[in-house]
Parts: sequence; C-alpha cells; structure tokens
Amino acid sequence: MTRATRGFLGRQRGRDPRLPPGQYDVGHDWPVLTAEPTPRITPETWSITVDGRVERPTTWTWDEAHRLPPSEYRGDIHCVTTWSKFDTRFSGVSVDTLLEAARPTPEAHFVMETSKTGYTTNLPLEHVTGGKAWIVWEFDGKPLPTEHGGPVRMLVPHLYFWKSAKWISRITLMTRDQPGFWEQNGYHDLGDPWRQQRYQGD
Amino acid sequence: MTEVLGPGVADAPSGGWRTSTVAGVRRPIQRSVQLRLDVADRIEHLPGQHYVVRLTAEDGYTAQRSYSVASAPGDPLIELFVERLDDGEVSTYLADVVEPGDELEVRGPIGGWFVWDGETPALLIAGGSGVVPFVSMLRHARSIGRSDLLRIVVSSRTLAELPYADELRDAGALIVLTREAHGDRPAGRLAAAELAPLWEPGRTAYVCGSASFAEAASQLLMDTGLPAHSIRVERFGPSG
Repeated sequence: MTRATRGFLGRQRGRDPRLPPGQYDVGHDWPVLTAEPTPRITPETWSITVDGRVERPTTWTWDEAHRLPPSEYRGDIHCVTTWSKFDTRFSGVSVDTLLEAARPTPEAHFVMETSKTGYTTNLPLEHVTGGKAWIVWEFDGKPLPTEHGGPVRMLVPHLYFWKSAKWISRITLMTRDQPGFWEQNGYHDLGDPWRQQRYQGD
Repeated sequence: MTEVLGPGVADAPSGGWRTSTVAGVRRPIQRSVQLRLDVADRIEHLPGQHYVVRLTAEDGYTAQRSYSVASAPGDPLIELFVERLDDGEVSTYLADVVEPGDELEVRGPIGGWFVWDGETPALLIAGGSGVVPFVSMLRHARSIGRSDLLRIVVSSRTLAELPYADELRDAGALIVLTREAHGDRPAGRLAAAELAPLWEPGRTAYVCGSASFAEAASQLLMDTGLPAHSIRVERFGPSG
C-alpha cells in the first residue's frame, strides 16, 4: 500500500457503501464537464438512429421515441473526475427497446454512441443490453437541461459518466471495438467505477 | 452528417503513478497555492495536460483530484496552481498543510484533447484559475520562439485575483476584469466584439474556466462565427 501523505486526515469516514473507491458524494450539485461547446438543439431537430450491424437501421424522431414504452432509472451516477451523485431519477426509453426494433446481427459485439456535437464513446454491446442503458429526456420529472445533455442523452449508469453521451443522436453497432473520443484522449476503454478504470492502463 | 471529434493531438504522452517531492510552495494570490514538484522518472507533458494528485490517510483512505500543469515541458519541475475551495478536501490540504520536502503521489501527464501541439495558431480564453494550462502553453511558446502563435484573453473579477497576472500581461494578453477597470477598459464581461478580431479560420480556440464561464465564452465564440469543431473546452467542476 502507498505510504500515507503527511498530515492528511481525510474528511469522510463511515463511507457510504454506494460510493466507489476514490469517489466523493457531490450532494445536490451536478457538475457540468464537457469538452466541446453546448450545441443548439431542440426536440424538433433531435432524432436518434440505430445503425451499423443491425437488420433494420431505424431512426426515431422526438415524437416517435416518446411513443415507445417508457422506462426509468433510479440510482447513482459516477463521474471520472471523482464526484458521485446518489438517488438520481431519469426517464426515457430502454436501449433494449431500440435494439429490439433494429435487431443487431450476430456479429454485432460493440456499440459506438455519437452525439450531435461529434462526441463519441464506445462500449461492449453487453454493457447496453439487459436493462443497463437508456436514452433519457427527463431528470427528476423535468425536461433534461441542455447542459446536461438535453433534450436527450444516453445513460449507462454502471460506468463512469463519460460513457453516457450527451445530445445522443446515433448508436452504431460494430463488429470490432473502436475507441471513442475520451478513449482516444487518455481515458480507459471500459470505465468501470468499481474497478477505478479511469485512465488507459488502469 | 456530424464530423466526429478525434484526438486533440495524436499519441499524447501519458504516465503512471509517481512519487514527487515538493520543491517549492508559494501563495502569490489569496486563496490558492502554487506547488513546484520534482517528479521521479517524469514523463514530459504537452502544454494543456494535467496531473492527478492523490492523498492517502493513515488508514488507507484516499482522495484524488486533477490539476492542470502550469510549467512548460522543458521545466525540470512540474508546477501546479491550485485554487483553495473552502469545502475542498484536497485543495485545503494542498493550500494549508503542504511544505517543501513533503512527498506527494502524482499521476500524469494525462489527456489528449485540451492540449496544444506547439505548431497550430491558437486563441486561448480563460476565466480565473482557468489560466493555468495557458501559462504552460505560453511558457512553451516562449521557449520554442513561437509566442506569435498564441493570442490570450483572460477574465477575472479583479486583477488581484488573477493568477499569473504579470506573466500574462507581459505576454500581451487581453485582460478582462468584470469588477474593476483595467487600463482603458471599463469593468465588464468579455464581449463578442473583443473576440472577433482575435480569431481567423485555421486558429483553434481553447476555453478554460468554471462551467458558467466556459459556457458563456464558448457561446460567444460561436456567435462570433467560430465553427464548433474549432473550439476545445475544459470546464472546472466544483471538485475541491
């Protein structure tokens, strides 16, 4: 184990078991961290496409997406910059619902999320299926604010939050893994907060 | 179709955990600390990259935060500038407790996006302690004789609160103060008319500061006509 830092006591003891290692509880705050300018985007101009290795590439408009069966996530989110936020509530549609319509082909093993801004992030397919991922347009019962990815963002809450692309516009099924934006810029390929997969090499 | 964002620079250097020794501690402005660290087996960074500092308590509890590097790659030491947040677990330790000779565990350099390659013309826009990565770019530009590539705009409430104020002024930065006049410029927020003459196609804009500053400045740049893809943003979270 690393030697103790002289004089550092640390603040939190009796840590909340929901807190992954190296994280702290940000409370009611919700920091905004993005690498690009916030886009100008409205529900009318938003759509989401599921394409790539699928039998039926499909695009949903805002209205079409809202006619899909609703789904909700209640729980915690974790950012690689070390804040975690407990008891969040997001509403939208499960990614499972989108994939049922688009039907991934047998060779689809990875996905790339793409934002309206050109931001991308990659994931193994099994990390967005089985009730683990959503596209969401509400936070705590209110429209998702633009700075937090509204009108619609991806939500993959079991991984660090850079895997939950803001302003999601496309989910592309792929045969092979490809690095997304932060994954090309020094960050981990998967990003499991419980294993502290923050940077390349973790 | 949207152009996909790629790496800021290809193959930016990255380093693992290292032990560093604190070589210098200064407090040039209130509520902040400037640390100079001698990092064992240091991997040279690119201007704009950051380091993580990890503190460990006796019982193994750890807390870590990221800080931009202020020093140039050629500096034998790593210089960090840390704003002290009153409720910050790490920044209060670094500002109040650390002394020369202490050992600090650090990891870096990290990051490939908010990085300057030393060749591309750049417009740098900072709010408050967002100047730190730009100080590294400025020092690097000076050391390679390419100060002409950089145009710098810094915004602060007052001059006394602006980190590296003398160095930035000497580099010809446009200093924007929101609470007091500066030279001929009355107090006031950065305006699009001040930015417009500083940018032309081919120049990358870098914006660094608090979430609200970064949002306002990047929207100003888009109002000025910059394509979103020429704007790189680094926002500070309240992560203490």
